[in-house]
Amino acid sequence: MTAQGNQHFAFLDEGSKREIRRATLKAIAIPGYQVPFASREMPIARGWGTGGLQLTLALIGPDDVLKVIDQGTDESVNAVNIKKLVQATTGVRATESTHDATLIQSRHRIPDVPLRADQILVLQVPIPEPLRFVEPREEVTRRLHAERDYSGAYLMLFEQIMRHGHVTSGADHPVMVEDRYVMAPSPIPRIDNPKLHQAEALVLLGAGREKKIYAVPPHTNVASLDFEDYPFHVEDMSGRACHQCGADGVFMDEIQDEQTGETVFLCNDTSACLERMNASGDRI
Amino acid sequence: MGYVAVKGGREAIEASIERLKYERLKRGTVLGVEQARAGLRGLMDQVMSEGSLYDEEAAALAIKQAEGSPEEAVFLLRAYRSTLPRLHTSLPLRSEEMRIERRISATFKDIPGGQILGASYDYVHRLLDDSLREEQDADARAWLEGWHDAVHRSGETGPKEPLGSLPKVLDYLRELGLIAMREDDEAEPRDVTKQTLSFPAHRSERLQVLTRGQTGTVTSLGYASLRGFGPMLHPTVGELRVGRLPVVVPNPLTDSVHAEADPSDGYYLGEVRLTEVETVVPIQVPKAEGRTGLSFDLGYGACFGQNETKAIAMSLLDQCLEHPDARYPTHDEEFVLMHVDSVESTGFISHLKLPHYVTFQSELDAVRSTWSDDASVSTEPDDAGDPE
Repeated sequence: MTAQGNQHFAFLDEGSKREIRRATLKAIAIPGYQVPFASREMPIARGWGTGGLQLTLALIGPDDVLKVIDQGTDESVNAVNIKKLVQATTGVRATESTHDATLIQSRHRIPDVPLRADQILVLQVPIPEPLRFVEPREEVTRRLHAERDYSGAYLMLFEQIMRHGHVTSGADHPVMVEDRYVMAPSPIPRIDNPKLHQAEALVLLGAGREKKIYAVPPHTNVASLDFEDYPFHVEDMSGRACHQCGADGVFMDEIQDEQTGETVFLCNDTSACLERMNASGDRI
Repeated sequence: MGYVAVKGGREAIEASIERLKYERLKRGTVLGVEQARAGLRGLMDQVMSEGSLYDEEAAALAIKQAEGSPEEAVFLLRAYRSTLPRLHTSLPLRSEEMRIERRISATFKDIPGGQILGASYDYVHRLLDDSLREEQDADARAWLEGWHDAVHRSGETGPKEPLGSLPKVLDYLRELGLIAMREDDEAEPRDVTKQTLSFPAHRSERLQVLTRGQTGTVTSLGYASLRGFGPMLHPTVGELRVGRLPVVVPNPLTDSVHAEADPSDGYYLGEVRLTEVETVVPIQVPKAEGRTGLSFDLGYGACFGQNETKAIAMSLLDQCLEHPDARYPTHDEEFVLMHVDSVESTGFISHLKLPHYVTFQSELDAVRSTWSDDASVSTEPDDAGDPE
């Protein structure tokens, strides 16, 4: 009944895949607009990447090369789990190299290595609605989008400035797509937001529990919400260099050394870090 | 350097899965699928209802595999369900034709066909029964023999009414015109598993989401509406029935109008066991010249298996959602419908266990930025500042 051997290629039946692809095409046609879709129940938990997983499974073909990252790491438990499921049901090759991958599913990071036109990035999304924190009701937020009423989103940033002197958003800083839809870029750090602007690769975003698909097609204008006098700021990485590869200006994990008690920084994108180390001939 | 980059996830996961298997098997004895089916009726019913799949064998397997965790078993059933092709849509089930096992009313003492208590925990004392500790299969068989004999002997004095066509209790109130009659809604029901819920939701969608809802959540929200987060109108269970209903799919060669007119032309697939509840709630209705009268409104609940509390709570919520009221969350369909699903709520809550290194680092940056501002202010000597 559930033996993996006699399951359909890429788990989903063809009808489901077609429906997801139709929603995806619509999403690409209307950049930044959240397209509702009939999210299927998957063998991994809702909230654990089922939206991204359904996009991956609907898109993947036998010749694809898959990379899955979770919070920057290929070996994180959830990345491993998703990769295992896709591989078990498709038999495709998996890679940790961003260059080699044709399809990249990621939770909360855009790889440090710039993506190419022949690659697709699938981002997992917990809360697709950028206006959810100003309005809990879906019925209302849909209307706000339709009327391009984004005063609430700007007001939230304004209130942060009033309280703290500057914008204090963490990850998932909202963006304006093609001057039409305000979009949640998924909880990527702010340092990743500019990578969405005029990107070479297609970026698809899937929210399984909230049943939405949206997209940033290649060469789309994406601007992080800000004010003229309070421009958008990425995370402050100044004075930090990777303890392993020496890189700076990339997003880093902050690590407490158990023995010395000192704080060190490591590249969050572990495969990019590894490549830099290999290139410089260093060993781990 | 004590830190090891996050590597070896695959090996750690394999070991964790092994450990999980150990936990299931460590007492050296296994729960048979048939034992789950025979002895865990309450859990089976709950899991099939929340799993939205009527399949006792799959439910028993899910319960065994999930070590009796309802949320895990429901999750397994749902994931299995979504791989099944949907080949047919059954003809509408008519609950008047239910083969009754239990049927009670709290509105009238004497109802046509009588109150039938059936099997229920309502009439037992909740005392641990030590005699069950040593109960054997042979004891069960011996008891069953006695039971069957007794039933056989009482055969001549059995129920007068055929149990397959008991009238609805509330038909009496309908005939008196005390329940607002609704027009039959012949619109094709929407399928919430194929179409995203949008608001305001169709009633068919509301009922589907509620019947699939997590038992505890539906119960709690129903309780909240009853206790005071609602207009405090005490509802009454007009009828609660538990029994079996035949499922018939239409003959593909017949058109739908003929198929409904003559179900005998369709194909009988089997029976499902259901709990169905109709509650009556007093409501105010406008009368002429600005005056108001009282009437009764109906709340409807139905779910797979014998899940009486859930079905009653569902009927309360159905009635609540028919009357939106911004003052009460139980009358807000987005609040109720978006949060009662077991797979969705447990999935999102449990995702908090996933690593959030990136998002937290970003948050840390924002938090620090607010403190570094203060620091720069406080380190500046007062007299060195702007004279104003």
